[in-house]
Amino acid sequence: MATFRLEVVTAERMVFADDVNEVVAWGMEGQLGILPHHAPLMTMLQPGDLLIKKDNEEEYLAISGGFLEVRPDKVIILADASERAEEIDVARAEAAKRRAEATLKERPPGVDAAAEAALRRSLARLKVAERRRRKPRGTA
Amino acid sequence: MVSTQILRRRIRSVQGTAKICKAMEMIATAKMRRAQEQAIAGRPYAEEISKVVSDLAVEAQAGGKVHPLLQKREVQKIAIIHMTTDRGLCGGLNANQNRLVAGFILGQTVPVTLVTMGRKGRTFARSAQRNLRAEFTGISDRPSLLETLPISRVVIDDYSNGGVDLVYLAYPRFITTMIQRPAMEVLLPIEPAVLPRVQVAEYIYEPDPSAVLGELLPRYVEMKVYHAILELVASEQSARMVAMRNASDNAKELIEDLTLALHKVRQEMITKEICDISGGAEALV
Repeated sequence: MATFRLEVVTAERMVFADDVNEVVAWGMEGQLGILPHHAPLMTMLQPGDLLIKKDNEEEYLAISGGFLEVRPDKVIILADASERAEEIDVARAEAAKRRAEATLKERPPGVDAAAEAALRRSLARLKVAERRRRKPRGTA
Repeated sequence: MVSTQILRRRIRSVQGTAKICKAMEMIATAKMRRAQEQAIAGRPYAEEISKVVSDLAVEAQAGGKVHPLLQKREVQKIAIIHMTTDRGLCGGLNANQNRLVAGFILGQTVPVTLVTMGRKGRTFARSAQRNLRAEFTGISDRPSLLETLPISRVVIDDYSNGGVDLVYLAYPRFITTMIQRPAMEVLLPIEPAVLPRVQVAEYIYEPDPSAVLGELLPRYVEMKVYHAILELVASEQSARMVAMRNASDNAKELIEDLTLALHKVRQEMITKEICDISGGAEALV
């Protein structure tokens, strides 16, 4: 299977770097999948989960917004924050989700963009962590 | 003559100080290593974002509208992010930093405001009666990006709404464990590095180049500030390590001198006693 190099970096560290077969991310205009030999692209990312397919394994990362750049030699994701499934603090993400929901309940939707973004970030983390629990490593 | 008791007490006290210095040196060594690792870990992001910003700045400027953070204006007000440590005992690190900034301010004809990071810089700003825009303290030894965002926020907002026209970033640059040099660079307006462009097929931008650039530039500033903080932490710990090593070396020397003095006094006393005894014995015969 054809592969390409994927790097997920944050200001603090390199989260992921490997040759992969496919990546599915949440772009500004919806989900987009990147396969090898994709045309050069630069897009903003929404907070969400990032699916990485390698051989027959799938891995999920939580991404709190950022940028995705497809270059001829590799694909780079400049994430504001990113965690692998096993790094996610589920309790903290739950709490963040509840906080964001409470903020949103008090105000009409659309007013508080920050709270909405916070909600999306915590949902992304929970989703990634949930997938990991259902499908422990090695059984994918 | 000094009594042996006083000398003994003095030696014990110096030994105690030496122990503390040694412990602080070792702690600083460990923290320095971690700070250096952190600085290295963030490097790929820094390189990438600089590359993209330089690519995009050219692209977006061709469109005519210049992003606020790229706009150059006539300088009527300057802001400096003045980075120092919270704690002392790190040699001349903060003094050098304060001197650089003070020298710069004195050379300016336009008003300068300070955004300080660290208690030492705050004290400096207050005693120098400088205009203090914001002050931040209590950054941890393992700073996260999140902790540094409020600092960038202040200057980005001030720059965007025209409050200041030039923003400098002053921090102790970590060169080696022995050398840290006070550095000062322009943070805003952003001057995109001119990098050799790899000419490839046209990029697809989603949603469009100026929107991407608009999101990218604040992050670029945040990254710069975050990296300056990492340099600050690495500099602080290595300066402290060196200062504490000198201090414990000095303490060791002092202990040696004092021990020698103690032995001399003790010997003299014994000699005197023998003299007295033999003198007394002679008188009896």
